[in-house]
Amino acid sequence: MLLEKLCNAFGVSGCETEVRDIIKEEIISYADEISVDSMGNLFAKKNGKSHDKTVMVSCHTDEVGFIISGITKEGYLEFKAVGGIDTRVIISKKVLIGKDKIKGIIGIKAVHLTTKSERESVPKVKDLYIDIGAKDEEDAKKYVNLGDYAVFDTKYEELGKTSIKAKAIDDRAGCYILSKLIEEVQPEYDTVFCFCTQEEVGLRGATIAAYKIQPDIALVVEATTCSESPDVNEHEHVTKLNGGAAVTFMDRTTIVDDDFSKWLYNTAKGNNIPVQYKTVVAGGNDAGIIHKTAEGIKTASVSVPCRYLHSPAGIASKKDIEATYNICKLFLEKIKL
Amino acid sequence: MEKFLKELSDLRGISGFEYRINEQIKKLIEPYCNEVRVDSLGNIIALKKGKKSNKKIMLEAHMDEIGLMVSQIEKNGFLKFINIGGVDPRILPASEVTVHAKKDLKGVIGAKPPHLMTSGEGDKSVKITDMTIDTGLSYEEVCELVSVGDSVTLSQSVGKLLNDNISLKTLDDRAGVCAVIEVFKRVGAIDADLYASISTQEEVGLRGARVASFGIFPDMAIAIDVCHAVTPDNSKNAFEAGSGTVVTIGPNIHPKMSEKLFELAKKYDIKTNTDVDDGDTGTDAWAIQVTKTGVPTALLSIPLKYMHTSVETMNMSDFEATIALIEHFVKDSDDFAEDWLCY
Repeated sequence: MLLEKLCNAFGVSGCETEVRDIIKEEIISYADEISVDSMGNLFAKKNGKSHDKTVMVSCHTDEVGFIISGITKEGYLEFKAVGGIDTRVIISKKVLIGKDKIKGIIGIKAVHLTTKSERESVPKVKDLYIDIGAKDEEDAKKYVNLGDYAVFDTKYEELGKTSIKAKAIDDRAGCYILSKLIEEVQPEYDTVFCFCTQEEVGLRGATIAAYKIQPDIALVVEATTCSESPDVNEHEHVTKLNGGAAVTFMDRTTIVDDDFSKWLYNTAKGNNIPVQYKTVVAGGNDAGIIHKTAEGIKTASVSVPCRYLHSPAGIASKKDIEATYNICKLFLEKIKL
Repeated sequence: MEKFLKELSDLRGISGFEYRINEQIKKLIEPYCNEVRVDSLGNIIALKKGKKSNKKIMLEAHMDEIGLMVSQIEKNGFLKFINIGGVDPRILPASEVTVHAKKDLKGVIGAKPPHLMTSGEGDKSVKITDMTIDTGLSYEEVCELVSVGDSVTLSQSVGKLLNDNISLKTLDDRAGVCAVIEVFKRVGAIDADLYASISTQEEVGLRGARVASFGIFPDMAIAIDVCHAVTPDNSKNAFEAGSGTVVTIGPNIHPKMSEKLFELAKKYDIKTNTDVDDGDTGTDAWAIQVTKTGVPTALLSIPLKYMHTSVETMNMSDFEATIALIEHFVKDSDDFAEDWLCY
């Protein structure tokens, strides 16, 4: 299944070929034109009924992860986080490293050996290490090079009838939705579907993708946080799982064009598609750079709510993914420019 | 051997919930013994009859693992939990777990995300009381399936690493259980009766071994457990992985037994380390030693990295060395078991 394949794929920012190849294979017979640029952005164009305007729909292919920055004499790997990762979620988690997907563990000394203050504080990434079982530095170098990337080793699984658990739902959910749109939707205007790289390290791919396309309007398809834990106040939940597609009116990087976000929300409501607003001004995505490109591009975001974003295991709802797909479909078929 | 280890490690039974796994473990030792029974605390007690039955030798390891227990069902179906045994709270956020409800449910441990933290909060580890298990199910589905008091185990298991290193969910102490069964498999009948106690509830206070040892009341006992292996952030009270089996000396250990183990290790060229322990070894050996009128006890340990996580890692050579040393102790016991342990 495509979503499963995409979530399980290895694609930390800067190392996204595996993800791109899966998407390419999926969409190749449905797109009118396909190209890849110098940063690895994948563009798939579908001709519209009208050629007067250009629409851009984007998602990102990368995920947060790690990069190997050193090898100790004893053969342990030093690493840095790529993208925003809360150090608290990485301790004792398993990872895969480099092209050969060498198995590793993010180690920490046993609880028995810790002091109370150590247990109560969060270690720094520079004090953690990855254990691959190497004998020493020389042995480790046979399997791992400096600059190799590492990802969480988490398998996609279904939880009950509607939920899924996986790594990288941010933003493989978007990759999945765009791939399906390319296969199944006949857009009103010429549409370029952009699978952008390096969102997690500063919206890098989208910067050049938006410049290249310079569309008349852009829609970003994302995964966004959903923090419904019991110790979080209800007004801080941001989104609700199974609450439908989340339309952003504002986040840390973008104030969304009021007409555009309301059009998305109201059109969804009018067509019985479950929809919610992202209720907290938090996070940011490629819209933050796309709307400031060239002379400015009207840009909105619609997202799949995801619990435990940027951790080894997120939880999302298939119903919300379907709702997000349906809003995008309506946008491509019904928007008047 | 790795397959056998994985089979044992993958079993899911936290302290007090070993009934979930003791039938399976019993089946694994059954082919190599004459009698096997399960006592009232769930300990599996196996006997390989001796040719003379003049003495009783007991090999002991514990089957329980650390884990969690559901303490409350919250709105939205989130589960509050407590820890069973020593669980480091720092490993839990975003860990995958299995909730042993009416059916096994997969889940993820969640906590407040970073963007909602007040300044300073992000530098502190999350308290267990502030975490919840998320099964992705609705409140109604959760209430239908989950009860307060259901046990929860960590899900993660890695497998083989480089150079004979292996990382599994639970090597503490399924590696010991595996070693005991393997010795039963390798040795034939000796003069003495050879007992195995695969005990329950070690992680919550050496409870199973206490009663198992009472039931068997052996003339001598060897407990097999794990000790800490050296990692980049700790070399104290720890042994290098790959450096051999670890023989403990100290008040918990009968000196003649540790001497015998060192002697045999030398004779059969088995790599050993010495762990000097000033009192409580924190293992079942501590409970066994003072059973009834006393049991001469020894302790062999396998160096283990990341103890009490779901990525417990050991070197197969240390595991093999541990098995080999017990095997020789048992086989050679015909020559020394008679009347050598009284002061």
